[in-house]
Amino acid sequence: MAQVRAYVRPMAGWWRRNPYFVRYMIREGSSVFLAIYAVILLAGLFRLAQGPAAWDAWRAALASPVSLVFHWLALLTVGYHAYTWWKVAPKTAPDLRWGNRPLPELVITAGGWAATIGASVLVYVLVRWL
Amino acid sequence: MKRSHEPIFWSLFGAGGVLSALVAPVLIFITGIIAPIGVWMPHEALDYPRVLGFAQHWFGKLLILAVISLFLFHAVHRIYHGLHDLGVHAGTGAMIAAYGSALAGTLITAYLLIAVGFG
Repeated sequence: MAQVRAYVRPMAGWWRRNPYFVRYMIREGSSVFLAIYAVILLAGLFRLAQGPAAWDAWRAALASPVSLVFHWLALLTVGYHAYTWWKVAPKTAPDLRWGNRPLPELVITAGGWAATIGASVLVYVLVRWL
Repeated sequence: MKRSHEPIFWSLFGAGGVLSALVAPVLIFITGIIAPIGVWMPHEALDYPRVLGFAQHWFGKLLILAVISLFLFHAVHRIYHGLHDLGVHAGTGAMIAAYGSALAGTLITAYLLIAVGFG
């Protein structure tokens, strides 16, 4: 019997062929770092509930080189997620209007970036001085 | 037609996306980088009594639960749908594992927030 030799376009590594898809994968990949970070915070809460010694052990683990490298990578990728989240917000957000006109895309995106900067300053001030 | 669960998961994904876009970078920077190395953040800022007081306050509990739970739901949604991009055609099992682990993380967080007591 003759074998059907249909051409199947290889898909392995498809996203490496185009910078747009590389950026897409970095953005989606940020969620892996975000998930691990959430679990690290959950572990911190668990250690907090165990008492002062356990809490200090958790803090010491966070100062290890592996942890610092992880958090730098997490900061870069999740920071990229924050950047892109507001960049696509004009397309994903509900129809926002000022008077009768739709808000310009740049206003929504810039507003989101400003909100992230404002929230970051607020969190820093509260953690450090409150 | 069978009703889809997608709106629920998309809402949690969206809420986690907004919250993480707002505060995840600064939280990672504080708890994971500047506090451990003691630059721009004094070591005492995250001392046990201070963080315990935060976790015992009702508003602190709310913030901790929102951060951990919504970050997890946002992340598992992206990871679950990202499997397709990597050539893994995930079925119902992967879906249950993804959203189930986010739900488990939420319930454990809620339990621990009760276990640390109320200030």
